Amino acid sequence: MNAVKFLFAAYIATWVIHGIYLGSLVRRFSHLRQQLKDLGKK
Amino acid sequence: MKRLFPILSILTVILLAYALYEALVVAPTDALQGDVYRIIYYHVPSAWTAFLLFFINFVASIEYLVRAKRSTEVAAKWIVIAIGLVGVIATFIPAVQHMLPTGMRPSAVATTVLLIPVFYFLIGRWFQGDRLDILAVTSAEVGVVFCTIVLVTGPLWARPVWGIWWAPGDIRLTSTLVLWLIYVSYLVLRRFSSSAQTQMLAAALAVFGALDVPLVYFSIWFFRTQHPQPVIGGGGSMDPRMLHVLLISWLAFLCFAFLVCWSRFRLELLHREVEQAHAMESLVGAGASKTSLPLSRSSK
Repeated sequence: MNAVKFLFAAYIATWVIHGIYLGSLVRRFSHLRQQLKDLGKK
Repeated sequence: MKRLFPILSILTVILLAYALYEALVVAPTDALQGDVYRIIYYHVPSAWTAFLLFFINFVASIEYLVRAKRSTEVAAKWIVIAIGLVGVIATFIPAVQHMLPTGMRPSAVATTVLLIPVFYFLIGRWFQGDRLDILAVTSAEVGVVFCTIVLVTGPLWARPVWGIWWAPGDIRLTSTLVLWLIYVSYLVLRRFSSSAQTQMLAAALAVFGALDVPLVYFSIWFFRTQHPQPVIGGGGSMDPRMLHVLLISWLAFLCFAFLVCWSRFRLELLHREVEQAHAMESLVGAGASKTSLPLSRSSK
């Protein structure tokens, strides 16, 4: 039953990796939108 | 379109939750491995999704390269049709069927070969010009994310089952790692190269990189490896309930990958819009300084 911790580790790792990637997408989106807004002001 | 994304997101979350429930609760426990085998419900769909995304990247890259010249575009169309026809007909010739590994169904090979012209013409119809390049970078980046999950969940399954994290020299494991490295280098090239030829170079790298995908997939058929044999189309004896959960998981991951690709595609469009705006601003700035220069001289 000790092996179950590997199962949960795999499932958690999957969503951590997806979470990090989605977070990077959101960060890049907000950065680009800010840049576009700054360019519009100029 | 703006309403479609949130609706699809909600449906995907429900599907992912259902797939998780099926994987952890409904799917029967494996007699030999116990519960740890349930890692395949994330590992295998992630691998299939990564292969599909790398295949899309391959087709988009070929189309991007081919469209540089009108003559190659026409030739490529006929080559793709010929590959589809020859591939499908060849799989039904007994001599060719004997060459296939045991358990590999000719109909499965024919379907896979047929996907080449189908994807080629569908992608060519829906994506034109720079959008082909955007599709290529999108599919490569999301594919790398899914391939990373394959490389992380694989050792987490191998440690309790094999007793080791990694089997050095195993062709399936090594070729998957090489595949990941090829696409990481593809993304690094795109990120850090500022040459005007970057898109062409990246497309050429992607075409060669994609050649590793069949090696990864067929390695367990043609070589003796520690990796388990294929769960589908390999003549294996997977419990139908397990297969059902595996397919639900794959559907959920495909929907999720589609939404992520959609977001990444929009991000790349926005990125290029900002780049164009910066270029326009620089041009306007340069024009203004040119016109202001003679004025300042005349004032002297």
